[in-house]
Amino acid sequence: MQKEEEKVMQHNIIGKGEYFRKGMQDGIPIALGYFAVSFTLGIQAKQAGLSALAATIMSLTNNTSAGEFAALGIISAGAPYLELAISQLVINMRYLLMSCALSQKLDPKTSILHRLLIAYDVTDEVFGISISVKNRLSPFYTYGAMCVSIPGWAGGTCMGVIFGNILPGSIVSALSLALYGMFIAIIVPPAKEDKHIAIAVLVAMLCSFLFTKLPIVSEISSGTRIIILTVLIALLMALLFPIKEEENHE
Amino acid sequence: MNRPVWMYLLIMAVVTYLIRVLPLTLIRKEIKNRTIRSFLYYVPYVTLAVMTFPAILSATSSIWSGTAGFLVALLLAYKKQGLFKVAVGSCAVVFLLELII
Repeated sequence: MQKEEEKVMQHNIIGKGEYFRKGMQDGIPIALGYFAVSFTLGIQAKQAGLSALAATIMSLTNNTSAGEFAALGIISAGAPYLELAISQLVINMRYLLMSCALSQKLDPKTSILHRLLIAYDVTDEVFGISISVKNRLSPFYTYGAMCVSIPGWAGGTCMGVIFGNILPGSIVSALSLALYGMFIAIIVPPAKEDKHIAIAVLVAMLCSFLFTKLPIVSEISSGTRIIILTVLIALLMALLFPIKEEENHE
Repeated sequence: MNRPVWMYLLIMAVVTYLIRVLPLTLIRKEIKNRTIRSFLYYVPYVTLAVMTFPAILSATSSIWSGTAGFLVALLLAYKKQGLFKVAVGSCAVVFLLELII
């Protein structure tokens, strides 16, 4: 099975459809979680004075929760464009790290067009499943996930603007756990196999918890907290426990 | 102020796309440096862990259902259930618990 997968990866001709289907399948929980989150985003967009069309375009062109939530406040305040640009830069800077990691997951021969398309939907979740595939990442796996998650995100936003008050709160509440459940499904299995990942995960959760509770640092926005902790902890782990060479394409 | 909404939308879309596209298109080769490679190896796990905890505890309408969902997700993931089962399992627990409390 493993051998077969590798062969498919190398040739990248056979199995495009299979990767696409697998990506769609793994994209379903993402789409569900997105729908719940973007539904609430839509409700806020309406309060900020955006039309259903404008809110949907915003979600289609940005695919980011924290960035869009922050932007709504800035747009409704009529703040300067520069303020919006800087806020997006800071809140979304974590995608820069994710894209760096993804660049190493792709076959170096991957064409520029594939790279441009994948970049369009580097989100926490799509990144999470893309980075956790065995061996090299086939762009078609990511496309499969994008095909269900992008409509989930944009559709949820649109529905939120239009039908803000119809979906029962209990369902929205339950669905908001989907994304986190998925993150856990991504990090726990590799943490079982590699104790260094387990250490990194535990330290990261502990620090993240402290950062939200301690004075001063708890003022830091969640986007910035993610960047600071990711850089510090991943760097520390890299220096203390560098990977062995055969772990290259895990 | 009357700044047009479409201009805001355009700016945020461009800034966000640039952040995502520059590393993917500029880093075309495999990085050889062991420390950088190790760093990038740990990045996804650390990022996802930081994003999940403690935010998961306050994601739902009560901290108890959030905590229960967290524990169920950990258990299911430990038993190597797939993404979908873990996600749906934790949602279901939250939904059922919130019917009771």
